[in-house]
Amino acid sequence: MARTIEREGSVMSVLNLKVNGRSHSVDVDPATPLLYVLSDDLGLHGPKFGCGLGQCGACTVIVGGQAIRSCSTPVSTVAGAEITTLEGLGTIEKPHPLQKAFIEEQAIQCGFCANGVILTAKAFLDRNPKATEEQIRQAMSGVLCRCYTNTRMMAAIQRYAKEVRA
Amino acid sequence: MNRLNTRKGWTPEALAALEKARVSRRDFIKGSGALLVGFSMAGLAGQWLGSPRSAAAQSLAGAGSNQLDSWIAIAADGNVTAYAGKCELGQGIFTAQTQLIAEELTVPFDRVKLFVCDTALTPDQGTTSGAQSHPTNFNQGNLALACATARETLLERASARLGVPGDQLVVSDGVISAKADPSKKVSYGELVGGKPFAIRVNPGAKRKPASEWTVLGKPARRVELPALATASFEHVQNVRVPGMLHGQVVRPPAVGATVVSVDENSVHGLPGVVKVVVKKNFVGVVAEKPWQALQAANKLKVTWTPGVGLPSHGTFYEHLRNQKPTRDTLVVDSKDVEEKLGSSAKVVKATYHYPYQMHGSVGSSCAVADVQAGKATVWSPTQAVYPLKSTLAMVLGMPPENVRVIFRMGSGCYGINGADTVSYDAALLSQAVGKPVRVQLTRKDEMAWENYGFPFVFDQRAGVDADGNIVAWSHESWFASLGSRPGTTTPGNVVTGLLVGFEPAEFKARTPAPDPTEFDNRLSAAPPYVTGCVNGKCEGLGTVASQRVLTHEVRSLFWTGPLRAPSRLQNTFANESFMDEVAAAAQQDPVAFRLRHLRDPRLMEVVKSAAKAANWAARPSPRPGIRRTGVAAGRGVSCVLYGGDNGYVAMIAEVEVNQATGGVAVKRLVLASDCGPISNPDGLRNQMEGAALQGVSRTLLEEVTWDNQKVTSIDWKTYPPLFLGPDVPKIETVLINQPNEQAMGAGETAISVVAAAIANAIFDATGARVRQVPFTPERVKAALSARA
Repeated sequence: MARTIEREGSVMSVLNLKVNGRSHSVDVDPATPLLYVLSDDLGLHGPKFGCGLGQCGACTVIVGGQAIRSCSTPVSTVAGAEITTLEGLGTIEKPHPLQKAFIEEQAIQCGFCANGVILTAKAFLDRNPKATEEQIRQAMSGVLCRCYTNTRMMAAIQRYAKEVRA
Repeated sequence: MNRLNTRKGWTPEALAALEKARVSRRDFIKGSGALLVGFSMAGLAGQWLGSPRSAAAQSLAGAGSNQLDSWIAIAADGNVTAYAGKCELGQGIFTAQTQLIAEELTVPFDRVKLFVCDTALTPDQGTTSGAQSHPTNFNQGNLALACATARETLLERASARLGVPGDQLVVSDGVISAKADPSKKVSYGELVGGKPFAIRVNPGAKRKPASEWTVLGKPARRVELPALATASFEHVQNVRVPGMLHGQVVRPPAVGATVVSVDENSVHGLPGVVKVVVKKNFVGVVAEKPWQALQAANKLKVTWTPGVGLPSHGTFYEHLRNQKPTRDTLVVDSKDVEEKLGSSAKVVKATYHYPYQMHGSVGSSCAVADVQAGKATVWSPTQAVYPLKSTLAMVLGMPPENVRVIFRMGSGCYGINGADTVSYDAALLSQAVGKPVRVQLTRKDEMAWENYGFPFVFDQRAGVDADGNIVAWSHESWFASLGSRPGTTTPGNVVTGLLVGFEPAEFKARTPAPDPTEFDNRLSAAPPYVTGCVNGKCEGLGTVASQRVLTHEVRSLFWTGPLRAPSRLQNTFANESFMDEVAAAAQQDPVAFRLRHLRDPRLMEVVKSAAKAANWAARPSPRPGIRRTGVAAGRGVSCVLYGGDNGYVAMIAEVEVNQATGGVAVKRLVLASDCGPISNPDGLRNQMEGAALQGVSRTLLEEVTWDNQKVTSIDWKTYPPLFLGPDVPKIETVLINQPNEQAMGAGETAISVVAAAIANAIFDATGARVRQVPFTPERVKAALSARA
């Protein structure tokens, strides 16, 4: 439900966002990419600016069960939808089993890509709990880790997938 | 939003440091708890800052490294606070340093609190680079020596207090007790708690022998990892300061273009725009929000001069080889190479090409700067806080003592990415508006202007005698460079410095090369197989006595700088590919041929270990019975002593080559490493695995491209790397621990050997030799067609 105000030539809207189970009202240009609203207006650390072009996956969030690229998604298109960021999965004290798998496998180096890797895997396995190893690999093929922690990351995802299947 | 309630547990000292950073406690509390400044790390801050003795005394002690108090403080509760200048970049050095401190001081790992890389708090340890953190901090010097001095001092004081000779005392969990009477005891806290040591680091302090280690040398989990996995970690991209604005820069549209005029009216009235900033050729926009800054930067009308024009990418290597002037260097020259080549039974020749490549960090570089009232605080992902403090002062025109640089981990950098240049960007924009400004570069600004890895051309020649021994080796190379790390005096070594009027380091032509005075193989230009004899001293690792290694440096078109294994990777590609060609010409097994020409036992050991783990079958390459169609499989070997003295590594690569498409699939990589005493075996494996795979991406895919005006590799479509998903080789690591040797580096060794190991495996599989990186399908197909 957006309320639009004309202000000095720009169109600002008050939008309602549901992020990690909480509601937030934000007053922004509705064309603003979701990423900026999450990281700057809401101060979240999960979604990251990697390329701004939807190419690397660092900005991934889950909306309506789908992993999307928040850097190239206008915020107005997800108003009212359930948005999950990496913060929404678990905490240091109580990590989500997928996050726990990454910790167990020590599957992170700089961690900048971890948000996109974990959320892409989570969204895919939520929808495809019986996915084969090869299918999981395909699902991850649009995400970039420049530290090349690939082997451990895939091991962590497979570890979690096994738990999901069991 | 109140996800980070980190102010709980902040000590008066910590808050004083916040004040020093000119962020008031009130502002901090107002900042919704998401703000982290000073020296915290999200998720760790609360527990870390709970210690009664914290950062303030450290800042008073200054940045000296010969004062024990610059490194170690013991709180009244016995907790240990340590300060070091080697930063965590994702490589695991924070955890390894914590292990070291816990080990040397005999306290549990979780009672050590480590601060790194803040010019107000930590000792000046230069730059975290070049696989130098272990050599610097884990041998008889710096952090390790400070820890040893602290333990020695505590034992002396305990001895005096308890009236028990030092050799009759034992230490456990920070409590010193008499061996004979455990009731006679005193804790670290009781001995020095809350007070400075006020002594110098003792150069003769005795390290704890590796045989007694219980923390160091064992697998340790990365301290930051739970926070990274749960998004409670604060990367520099997450730093938010009260009242902070957002900036974007407008880089030139072509290499060498300069500003003619800037039409500020073109962004007048755009939402949120605060200021257009122009300083010589530096152009930027500051706005209230990042999206507004980006919109304004895109709309700002700037008139530029045409660029200087660039030579054709297609004929670049000819250009590189023929460019003048050059700076020539002889690493070694026995003066008889031509004669020995002339009298050899067989001469092998080959030419290799290596392109410009980029760091290509997955997150573009970011910094936050607060420049007000003649003082500057900059949160930066730099590898070099103290050097950056010095050059920021030059860029801002203020005394260095008014600049504080606080390291915050950015996206993995692998060398000098945009970290330093974006720190200048943020500082210049903040200075212009008098408020804190955050800048995160666009993907294009990061990629088009970063300091690329050096491009190389190599001519190799070797003479082989009738018995198959190499009797002469000539290595000649041409490479291009421009700029580098700014160091303490040269902000013009990165793009922003140049744009505001600083020059890059001067190019000093020198022809011919002077005779070497010592065997300096820091760039691994000399192959391991030469004797390296200079002035009667032979410091090479091999047997080939007739040798010449000559390099020609020329001025680069683009910025260059250290990119993981700088020059060593390129040199090792050319040396180890060529060694394989010579082995094939002599019809000998590539592993045996290497061992036959080596005399360094540690390098020989890693080669043997890798071969054994890979189940290497001894025979010459290419493999017998090659069919010239279909998928062909093969294996190749490669090895190096990184930088001449900083880590031994060998790799066996197994590949499959699709001879119809030219596609190369790397199936298995077996690595053997000897970097001295191993601090954290799991951390070492993680580094080796990542470096190996990064090496695969650089070998098969990565190359910077340009047109006649500008770089055209500006995103992941125009600079495609290896993504997650299919085609990940199985990576196996063999760790050779050498507890009684010097600690060496391990961050850059493994990547050095990848390209040659793959090239050699392609040759083994197909009989085709690929001599130009990256090994694209087109180049592999061309090599297949060129087979005899």
